[in-house]
Amino acid sequence: MIVELGHYALVLGLALSLAQMIVPMIGLRTNNARMLAVAPSLTVATFLVVAVSFAALTWAYVTSDFSVRNVWANSFSDKPLLFKITGVWGNHEGSMLLWILTLALFGALVAFFGGNLPSRLKAAVLSVQGSVTVAFALFILLTSNPFERLSPPPLEGRDLNPILQDIGLAIHPPLLYLGYVGFSICFSFAVAALIEGRIDAAWARWVRPWTLVSWVFLTAGISMGSYWAYYELGWGGWWFWDPVENASFMPWLIGTALLHSALVMEKREAMKVWTILLAILAFSFSLLGTFLVRSGVLTSVHSFATDPQRGLFILMILVFFIGGSLILFALRAGTLRNGGMFHPVSREGALVLNNLFLTTATATVLVGTLYPLLVEAVSGEKISVGAPYFNYTFIPLMIPLLMAVPFGPLLAWKRGNLAAAAERLWLTAAISLVAALAIAWLIYDAPVLSAFAYALAFWLIVGSFADVWQKAGFVKNGWSTGWARLKGLPRASWGTALAHAGLGITTLGIVGVTTLEDETVLRMTPGETTSFAGYDVEFNSLTPGKGPNFTYDKGIFTISRDGRVIGTVEPEKRVYVASRMPTTEAGIQTVGLFSQYYLALGDAVEGSEDIVVRIWWKPWVTLIWYGTVVMVAAGLISLSDRRLRIGAPVAARRRRQEALAAARAEPAE
Amino acid sequence: MTRKQKRFAVIFSALAVLGGAVALVLTGLSEQVTFFRTPTDIVSTASASENEGRLRLGGLVVMGSVETLDDAAVRFAIEDANHAVTVRYAGILPDLFREGQGIVAEGTLQPDGTFRADTVLAKHDETYMPREVADALKEQGVWKGEASGETPASSDY
Repeated sequence: MIVELGHYALVLGLALSLAQMIVPMIGLRTNNARMLAVAPSLTVATFLVVAVSFAALTWAYVTSDFSVRNVWANSFSDKPLLFKITGVWGNHEGSMLLWILTLALFGALVAFFGGNLPSRLKAAVLSVQGSVTVAFALFILLTSNPFERLSPPPLEGRDLNPILQDIGLAIHPPLLYLGYVGFSICFSFAVAALIEGRIDAAWARWVRPWTLVSWVFLTAGISMGSYWAYYELGWGGWWFWDPVENASFMPWLIGTALLHSALVMEKREAMKVWTILLAILAFSFSLLGTFLVRSGVLTSVHSFATDPQRGLFILMILVFFIGGSLILFALRAGTLRNGGMFHPVSREGALVLNNLFLTTATATVLVGTLYPLLVEAVSGEKISVGAPYFNYTFIPLMIPLLMAVPFGPLLAWKRGNLAAAAERLWLTAAISLVAALAIAWLIYDAPVLSAFAYALAFWLIVGSFADVWQKAGFVKNGWSTGWARLKGLPRASWGTALAHAGLGITTLGIVGVTTLEDETVLRMTPGETTSFAGYDVEFNSLTPGKGPNFTYDKGIFTISRDGRVIGTVEPEKRVYVASRMPTTEAGIQTVGLFSQYYLALGDAVEGSEDIVVRIWWKPWVTLIWYGTVVMVAAGLISLSDRRLRIGAPVAARRRRQEALAAARAEPAE
Repeated sequence: MTRKQKRFAVIFSALAVLGGAVALVLTGLSEQVTFFRTPTDIVSTASASENEGRLRLGGLVVMGSVETLDDAAVRFAIEDANHAVTVRYAGILPDLFREGQGIVAEGTLQPDGTFRADTVLAKHDETYMPREVADALKEQGVWKGEASGETPASSDY
């Protein structure tokens, strides 16, 4: 009964989103204020109904209702409750339902927080958002209905793919979807602006918080996915340049570019056309990602059950929305007047440079991801484009960008002074060089060439705070005034500094693990001790056991250095009962603050007690994810800046502007 | 700087970056890609130059061929309808690696005709074969279809 209710709610959601699409659009054409005013209510109603549908599916999973095909195929009665719930989106149908729920959620958020939007723009945005919801609701109902029943109902389910039964997966897809789908709002704003033919600095002000929210979630989602792949797949890698990973990375790159170009548009009314295009592209890449993942046209280390019909349907959605919005863009872009001119050396110039490198890098990733498809279609030759290509093309494009990052915030709008900015960065340069050389020569004995890469990472981390440091003016004003000034800085300044520093921390982790990583594969007998990367690993025992829905063999290893025990790791080989599928659980011991010792079990060697063990030494690897945590925190801090807060009361904003004006009136230096 | 010069500076730098990127992409795509080969491709190619560089070798793992060597490396053979190639791999085999199952090994072909793999891929989902392997077997007319008639569990992420 509840399952049928869920199905019915989904159909109702389709009907409501159709209304959400059509009614405001007619209102815009006929200038009917009442039809415009109904858009927010329709949007909220769509969200509520889709939420009911999602809750019904969750209910079917929690109660293990195997008469529902989707539950039967992906759940198991002995599975822990947490994984029953996460199983809802651990499969194609459920994850598409989550996608729609997120779409409807963002629409409802605009309806709820968008009180200060002009009513026509708001109605247009919600209408476009509704059209996306319509497309995906049709997709689910026609090709991937999660509420399909089985008759007679089976007694037991087939269980969720075991590698997906993990807390990382519980969080990763919802975060990723909030990011992916969040760009739909930017897209809706862009298309609405094109339809309305009105684009100004205020538009950028409305769009920026949504971009920032999506970017924060996407950053967190990608980072979570990377960490999940690292510890769960047991391959010791944190990024594979896999098509599915690229599918999430491309919207991130474009979203990052959008974040920066919207800044120019908001502050200087420049780069309007470009910003609109980026807003369209960010969501287009999200759609492309969905197509690549769902259609299975590309071979990926992530898994894929594929259905040509589904792929075709998503391709049609893709063509309609990307093609339609680009045609609209081509028709209307000419009518948009670009604002302020600027000197190439200026804040605007730096942000143009940022956009140039980010979009070019995205293009190289896109080419590499799609090239195998093209080659196979043209010549029939099967090729794969992997990490060598991406490292070869992507890294050279990132190096100049990363080098330029600390300069950006130091340049003034309109016309900047490069020499003055460089002068302020000499201390940063000195610190990063010394730190890099110290690491390369003294601590790790790494190749001297890698010193450059370390220097780049420190340059980013230290240089990101140059702007904040300079604004505080400790040297000139003394400590107490400096502190007071630091506290008085707008949160957005802190956000910028921290986000750039987070990027530097991630870079440092990548450089560290890439240049200093070590690994070995060996056979070990219980009781044996081996020495690797300066640590001693003792293989104590291999013991079998039983978990809730799996059996396991657990190896127990003690890691020590110079006789001092650092920790015990317990890597496992599991076999899941329902699917008879084996998985590997890596044993990970963090050494010091950021480095990790990573053990994975291989197969037992026949005719002996030996087992194959693969050991990695991963210096500084956790910095990669700590850096993204800093980036996410930076995004949230920026978001909490009063100037950006959505729906901040107008009065409060006016007060703040008056205070700012008063502050400006005082002599700054 | 005049308006014209400013515009020129921006366009020029954009073209420089794009040009550099295009050069990188073109050389990258000609030198850094990995070609897919079946055992038959490898055995039957006349010139050795076709099998130079990184390759992906795909086929079925020969029953009874998997053995662990003293240095913990694994040796096994990959076959298709006509031929088999011996593969040496130092690392841990993926969880779903089984004899008789379709896998892809990535690495280089050695002068002695064996294959040295640095990566071995099997699917996360046991009902599936790597797509290239399935296609290659279909071409050779030995594809038997999915192992069971059940609806395959879809499992992304």
